[in-house]
Amino acid sequence: MLACTELSFSYDYKKTFNFPSFNCEKGETLLILGNSGTGKTTLLHLLALLLKPNSGSIKIKEKELAMLTAKEASQMRANHLGIIYQKPHFVGSLNVLDNLLLANYLANKTESKTQAQKLAQNLGISELLDKKTPLLSGGEQQRVSIARALMNNPDVILADEPTSNLDDENCEKVIRLLENQSKNIGAALVIVTHDQRLKDNFKNIITL
Amino acid sequence: MLFKISWKNILDKKLNSFLCILLMTLGIAMISLLMLLGKQLQDKFAKNISGIDLVVGAKGSPLQLILSSIYQIDNPTGNVYLDDVAAIAQNPLVKEMIPLSMGDNYQGFRIVGTNKKYFEHFKTQIASGKMFKDNLEVIIGASTAKNSNLKVDDTFVSSHGLDSEGEKHEESSYKVVGILEYNNSVVDNLILTSLNSVWNIHEHKDENHEDKEAGSTVKREITSAIIKFRSPMGMMTLPRNINQNSKLQAAVPAIEVNRLFELLGIGIEGLQFLAAVIMLISGISVFVSLYNSLKERKYEMALMLSMGASRTRLFLMLLLEGIILSLLGFIAGIALSRIGIYLISNAISKKFHFDVSQFSLQTGEIYLFFGALLVGILAAALPSIGIYRINISKTLATE
Repeated sequence: MLACTELSFSYDYKKTFNFPSFNCEKGETLLILGNSGTGKTTLLHLLALLLKPNSGSIKIKEKELAMLTAKEASQMRANHLGIIYQKPHFVGSLNVLDNLLLANYLANKTESKTQAQKLAQNLGISELLDKKTPLLSGGEQQRVSIARALMNNPDVILADEPTSNLDDENCEKVIRLLENQSKNIGAALVIVTHDQRLKDNFKNIITL
Repeated sequence: MLFKISWKNILDKKLNSFLCILLMTLGIAMISLLMLLGKQLQDKFAKNISGIDLVVGAKGSPLQLILSSIYQIDNPTGNVYLDDVAAIAQNPLVKEMIPLSMGDNYQGFRIVGTNKKYFEHFKTQIASGKMFKDNLEVIIGASTAKNSNLKVDDTFVSSHGLDSEGEKHEESSYKVVGILEYNNSVVDNLILTSLNSVWNIHEHKDENHEDKEAGSTVKREITSAIIKFRSPMGMMTLPRNINQNSKLQAAVPAIEVNRLFELLGIGIEGLQFLAAVIMLISGISVFVSLYNSLKERKYEMALMLSMGASRTRLFLMLLLEGIILSLLGFIAGIALSRIGIYLISNAISKKFHFDVSQFSLQTGEIYLFFGALLVGILAAALPSIGIYRINISKTLATE
């Protein structure tokens, strides 16, 4: 599903990141481990097509994405990628349901209330649908983030430090959740983190 | 969905939005009110002097003469002898002379003594009853009837002077014999009678109960007279002649009304300028509100961009916020100005018996609409340009 080859990126002339190549098939999970400063977020942003690499290739379903224009990248991102950011952020003036539907709307798809309700059910946030996001707890916000990432049935799910702020029990829960949901829709799951607790759960690991 | 987001954002910051809308409302209401009022006043004033070439009366302020004789506002400049005025009316250039005798009132409604030419000039119609004929018979205007509750066959006692607190002429009372149809002119607020009646009342006051034949040996006085010329030639020589060579004064209504409106106009323009400034400040408040809002919502914008929104779409969403605020302010402003006109109209009506209520949409207000829209768009566009400068990756990474 997802194949990255010899990605290289520099913010300025001093520091260049050269990333190892890797694959991730559908239904699989890839863990990218690294401490601060190793370029984890940079790699995630490259995979999310938010940054353009100096060289290298990113392919989803054999389609080359590394050198797309900003507009094309935006389209790809909306339709094929689901991103879960480290700190949950939403459109504060909308309620949870509208935040989920926003994902459909911005990808120019029809807003699917049923999809939102189904995901909410799976993630245990059905009663929160009409609440405003600033009122939710951290854990609840994170689950809404996950639901939002899944709204457009992406091919690749990218999660940035999803467990760093959680205790052991919740860390376990969230990882289970992510894996299940990802397997459900047949997506490739890429988790970028420095949380060593996750090492034991996964086979596919890359260390930066 | 875009509209929903704009709308929800406005609701989210209620106080901010309220301020923006309030300022726009005030600006629009003021301009609209002045437009309506100005137009109404101009219309009313113009209507009432049409067909009147000259007013002749006692020496004094020409504006005062016009105001008192034609509009029944303000005090007359004094009295003049009927004979002197009649002499002027003999001039071949004069087509018509309508004498007026004022000085009394009933509950604030002025009693004017005149002849039937006054009615022909204003093209009045009788709604009920008949025209006055005998002494002390009056016919009243439509608004007078409505506001004073006088009906046909009622009698009343007049007060001296022009406000209802004056000394009452207890000895003689007037009798209402007719009510006029609504005329949309000063006539509506008057009580009209014959010159004789007015002389009669005042004679009885001076000389107790001695019957005098009307107009025989006493030099009759009137307050003023309306003059119509046979040709525009009259305007060239007569007014100057009267002013310089006689004991009377001649005032040209059109000139005095123009002068009045020049003065009034400066006031109106000043207020309209102030109102425009208020609208500008409203625009600034929208600008500041959106600017601050964007600073706070920078991550939100980057998020939406990362979710597939185009920058232009977000730009339009922000523009929409400014437009909605301006439009709401416009609608509230127009509504407020109507309320204002209603209140002002009531107040003026009571004091001057003048009706300025007018609630339909003016052409000027269409321009006002586009003005408000423009203010909203510009005020929102400036901070929203920032959308095009957001670095998505950087913004999302710094949290």
